[in-house]
Amino acid sequence: MNTASTTGYLDSLLQGQPAASPLTWLNQLRANAVDRVGALTVPTTRDEDWRFTDISPLTKLSFQPAQGAAQIAPADVEQWSIPEASARLVFVDGIYAPEHSFNRAGLTVENLAAGVSAHDAAVRAQLGRHAVFERNAFAALNTAFLHDGALIIVPRDTKLAAPVHLLFIATRKHAASYPRCLVIAEPGSAATVVEDFVALQNEAYFTNAVTEMALAGNAEVHHVRVQRDGAEAFHFANCAVSLAQASRYHSVSVALGARISRHNLNVLLAAEGAECSIDALALIGGQQLADTHTLIDHATPQGTSRQLHKCIVDGAARAVFNGNIMVRAGAQRTDSSQSSRNLLLSGKARVDTKPQLEIFADDVKCAHGATVGQLDVDEVFYLKSRGLSDSAARNLLTYAFGAEVIERIPVASLRKRLEQTVMAQTQAPALGAVRPS
Amino acid sequence: MIYQDSKTLLAVRKLHATVNGIEILKGMDLTVKSGEVHAIMGPNGSGKSTFAKVLAGHPAYEVSGGEVAFEGNNLLELKPEARARAGVFLGFQYPIEIPGVANSQFLRLAYNTVQAERGKDELDPLEFDDFVREKMKLLEMNPDFLDRSVNEGFSGGEKKRNEILQMALLEPKLAILDETDSGLDIDALRIVAGGVNQLANKDNAIVLVTHYQRLLNYIVPDYVHVMESGRIVKTGGKELALELEARGYDWVGAEVKANARVSL
Repeated sequence: MNTASTTGYLDSLLQGQPAASPLTWLNQLRANAVDRVGALTVPTTRDEDWRFTDISPLTKLSFQPAQGAAQIAPADVEQWSIPEASARLVFVDGIYAPEHSFNRAGLTVENLAAGVSAHDAAVRAQLGRHAVFERNAFAALNTAFLHDGALIIVPRDTKLAAPVHLLFIATRKHAASYPRCLVIAEPGSAATVVEDFVALQNEAYFTNAVTEMALAGNAEVHHVRVQRDGAEAFHFANCAVSLAQASRYHSVSVALGARISRHNLNVLLAAEGAECSIDALALIGGQQLADTHTLIDHATPQGTSRQLHKCIVDGAARAVFNGNIMVRAGAQRTDSSQSSRNLLLSGKARVDTKPQLEIFADDVKCAHGATVGQLDVDEVFYLKSRGLSDSAARNLLTYAFGAEVIERIPVASLRKRLEQTVMAQTQAPALGAVRPS
Repeated sequence: MIYQDSKTLLAVRKLHATVNGIEILKGMDLTVKSGEVHAIMGPNGSGKSTFAKVLAGHPAYEVSGGEVAFEGNNLLELKPEARARAGVFLGFQYPIEIPGVANSQFLRLAYNTVQAERGKDELDPLEFDDFVREKMKLLEMNPDFLDRSVNEGFSGGEKKRNEILQMALLEPKLAILDETDSGLDIDALRIVAGGVNQLANKDNAIVLVTHYQRLLNYIVPDYVHVMESGRIVKTGGKELALELEARGYDWVGAEVKANARVSL
């Protein structure tokens, strides 16, 4: 694959853009993005940020945005239902499906394409300001297609206890979807947002998502991201979060699906006393590749960040983690810790992990570390000494390794569902009902 | 307690074992009959914990010689899980933490695994809950420990109680308790020892591996063995433990050397 053809590839993806908006600034934003797409190329393994992630299989296929929403049965949606949710927005192949959506949250949870006019000023102040696309071809593509997606505005001092469920369902082969989410948490507000990527089919499709979250002073957002795409899917996501004074952002991401997935998460601690916790689990096998790049940017003093990134890799799968923690000059009394822990279940499984700490302040507390390995001999022995077979012991410990992240999901029904998924995937003994093998 | 009609549960003969090529056990002999409580004492590095782990089948230890029979069958050819199912239990000095797995789930899994092996009925979660709560009373354990992850965030005493709880559930014929008293305050020691005493009966046997005599005030042994350099060098009754407490271990070693010279 040469450079010329990769340029052409991005251009080919630009077909089928949305019609012009009545909002001049939005048209301008899209146009700027289209320009950038024209100037950028598909990243290759020669790019430092993509060294371990070869996305050339993507460019061998062509993808088009779906024209018109596919009709899907209520049962196809309800199987993913989160009973606790106060609001749900469903997108089918990237297109908003109002018939499957509801909002009982008592605040703005609506399709971005509609909400952008109703909340012009608020949206304009945030949209495209956090997920910058100057040098990011996928963020630029998403912005060029900016139309459907979620707009969530949590008003000042409003604490929404029940989660908002954003459900993205893939139904069509070779469909490209560009979901865009904007979460605006006003001062002192609180909310839980679940982004959930699922599929009703196993053919190749292309999801290119961008999520922006702006947390004002003292706001708190729990952000759960579940990527359970189809086996042949290509999933690219850019998430950018900005934290104002004493705001708190908690993210739990779980990546289970897709042939190739790439998740960029940038968190900017933009004002004093902001906190974030970023936990993630990638559980992959076969020929899957799951890549996570995070940047936690301590730009101001007294910020706190906690990160736990775990990968369980089986078969010939490959996990990539690049976790950058930046402590800028003046970001004194930063308290940051980062841990990358990886479990390889087969001889062909591979993980490339690169925790990075860049510190330009002198009064900080930072710790990071990475481990890559197999299950601990003493842990396996402990379980076997209680009668469990070797495989039951190993599978249970593998499950437990993943469950440490899953149990941090603050939505009980989703947590339970994912525990069962991880249990099935690790072939852990159905706890308590297992016969010795 | 020593019974007239007891049968031999464990027979260890000239057992040698190595770890990383270094010989730790050097001709260990021990016979344990049903109903008995044995204490194995000795200085650090004498091989006490190695002996416990070898009996349970820890993969880091290689048996380089000798025999171990459990109820007349060769124990050494069994995998660790088969030993557990046959009725050998090791109470760990450092119980493993398993974040993400509820203690109740783990306990029920272990219980049902062993029950199935014994041809007995497994318990569903509700039945097991009632059953395990009864057993927890024995150890004055708060039922909250059922919902927490296995051993995660447990204090030293709580971990040891959880070990004895597993012993109570699995009802082993032979329980080897490795430094069960370490890290326990006096109240926890009393509770843990009380639990062990209630589990002891004429059909099972208990081997206590301990560095200190303190535990033996609560669990009274029928035999006290002193290990040194990988084998048992002296055996006595419970009064031997008191003597060791008063005089330390050095005199035992000196006595052994003196005897060796006499026999030359």
